[in-house]
Amino acid sequence: MIELTDINRVFHLGDSEVHALRAIDLQIAPGEYLSVMGPSGSGKSTLLNILGLLDRPTTGHYSLNGRNVSDLSSDEQARVRREQIGFVFQVFHLVPRLTAAENIALPMMLAGIAPDEREARVKQALANYDLTQRAGHRPEQLSGGQRQRVAIARATIMHPVVILADEPTGNLDRASGQEAIKLLEGLNATGVTLIVVTHDPAIGERAHRRLQMDDGRLVLDKRHEAG
Amino acid sequence: MKLVDALRFTGRAAAAYPVRTGLMMLAMAIGVAAVVVLTALGEGARRYVVGEFSSLGSHLLIVLPGRTETGGIMPGTLLGQTARDLTLDDALALLRVAGVQRIAPITVGVAEVSYRALSREVSVVGTTAEFTEVRRLAMGQGQFLTREDPRNAGSSCVLGAVLREELFGAEPALGRWVRIGDRRCRVVGVMAASGQGLGFDTDEIVLVPVATAQAIFNTNTLFRILVEAKGREALESTKVRVEAILKERHEGELDVTVITQDALLATFDRILRALTLAVAGIAAISLAVAGILVMNVMLVAVTQRTAEIGLLMALGAASGHIRLLFFTEAAVLSLGGALLGLALGEGGSALLRQLYPALPAYAPLWATVAGVLIALLTGILFSVLPARRAAQLDPVLALSKR
Ligand SMILES: Nc1ncnc2c1ncn2[C@@H]1O[C@H](COP(=O)(O)OP(=O)(O)O)[C@@H](O)[C@H]1O
Ligand SMILES: [Mg+2]
Repeated sequence: MIELTDINRVFHLGDSEVHALRAIDLQIAPGEYLSVMGPSGSGKSTLLNILGLLDRPTTGHYSLNGRNVSDLSSDEQARVRREQIGFVFQVFHLVPRLTAAENIALPMMLAGIAPDEREARVKQALANYDLTQRAGHRPEQLSGGQRQRVAIARATIMHPVVILADEPTGNLDRASGQEAIKLLEGLNATGVTLIVVTHDPAIGERAHRRLQMDDGRLVLDKRHEAG
Repeated sequence: MKLVDALRFTGRAAAAYPVRTGLMMLAMAIGVAAVVVLTALGEGARRYVVGEFSSLGSHLLIVLPGRTETGGIMPGTLLGQTARDLTLDDALALLRVAGVQRIAPITVGVAEVSYRALSREVSVVGTTAEFTEVRRLAMGQGQFLTREDPRNAGSSCVLGAVLREELFGAEPALGRWVRIGDRRCRVVGVMAASGQGLGFDTDEIVLVPVATAQAIFNTNTLFRILVEAKGREALESTKVRVEAILKERHEGELDVTVITQDALLATFDRILRALTLAVAGIAAISLAVAGILVMNVMLVAVTQRTAEIGLLMALGAASGHIRLLFFTEAAVLSLGGALLGLALGEGGSALLRQLYPALPAYAPLWATVAGVLIALLTGILFSVLPARRAAQLDPVLALSKR
């Protein structure tokens, strides 16, 4: 369902060019669980941003669910992000002045979903992620682990088909990191495609399929049995 | 995205940055308050003048030197810019016109009035005994100028209440001699204090016989002739006869303007309305200035919230969503500021009314509505650029901002 063909991404910095991605070819089936590893600056985030339609490749072709999404207008891409893609970030990116419940509801607000349904879905999500007691708390009143749980709840509230997590455990202690990864894996178990960028081999090795990047290239693409 | 959600989101954002929000609302509030207070002042002045004129008596004719082609009254005419002079003989001739009850010729100038070591520059009004009756004025002490031949330059004078206070203080003034220019006059009366007034009060003038004033100012012309008709019905016919006789006396040329109270009133009404409008326009400019502040403050907001904008984009916000959020924010803050300004303006107007009870300083409805609408429009208009800038941010770069 995800198909990248000969993707290149070149950044121009003054006169110099940075090849963040070089000739990436990648097919991902629905429900797969991938990890992306590689040294810093190897293009992992850039790859994730292109998969998430936050960035456009310089050249190449991206098709999502059989639809060529690389040529869509920005507004159409926004709609695809809204409806099919969930992001989880290293720094959580919660809106500081909103409560946990309000942060979780944000994507539904953008999608114009009716308040009743919004409330019901948020309530369910809070329960699923063990945040019911924290519903009215603002991010600064939450622990790192709780913040990331809010962010994961937010990423899943629109029932996306793919979740993109860029170093989701990077700002968490070991226990909270484990917990966050387990939650993401739980989602994957329900059929959501999961792509996790990580530095941590222990986390990377949990994925069924591991990508290794170096200097903008995909250098390794290994499949393992679950576990 | 639903508008209520945009409003709620915006409200939270506004509350999260109190300084920025306060600044923007203050700018709008000052603009709107200025519109309200200044128009209240202008409108109050207009209503005050109209009211004051109405109390002068309704069958008054005023003869002024000079004439405009259209027959209308120009501000210049009101200020007494002269084409051909009016004389005391012209005034006395009017006494023979049918329908005229009484007349009061007026000469005006500024001179130094002194008593012992104290002296003041004041308006000296030369007139006749009939002045108080024509103008419905009351005496405070003594009596007014005596009835005598207007050509006599008598040496009595009547002081305004404030002038008396300034020159004599606690001392009795009646019977004392004061110096007016190069003449000496005996104080025979003091006018009743007229309270606060906008130019019609007699508080700070000295009244002398018309011929005396002409001697002081070395002239033989008049500034005005006040003519009281025998009745309101006789007003128009009297006006025609007054014009006829003055035309005859001025070699067949009608070079004076005779206006009725109503015409004068209408003129003042028009002038002061225009003034209110002009003042409202100036105040509206302060709203445009507020708009520029709004723009800068919103640009700062875009910078402050760059990461958040990136997040919204990642969550699926289209550029239209982002623009809507910033427009709503500008609109909400402008409206809030405008309402605050309205409250401040109404408070200011109430204070004006408290300080000057005679001044009916109420802002007209049109000014209030226009003030709020302009504030709203300015806020939205000047947030176009910041909103567009926010919507055009690159999501990846925006997300990487701290
Ligand atoms: N906006 C940008 N402008 C210029 N260079 C960039 C930009 N984003 C990323 N790069 C460069 O592209 C390369 C890949 O970056 P990135 O995908 O963030 O790497 P990773 O996530 O693997 O650490 C790096 O050399 C980085 O400096
Ligand atoms: Mg990275």
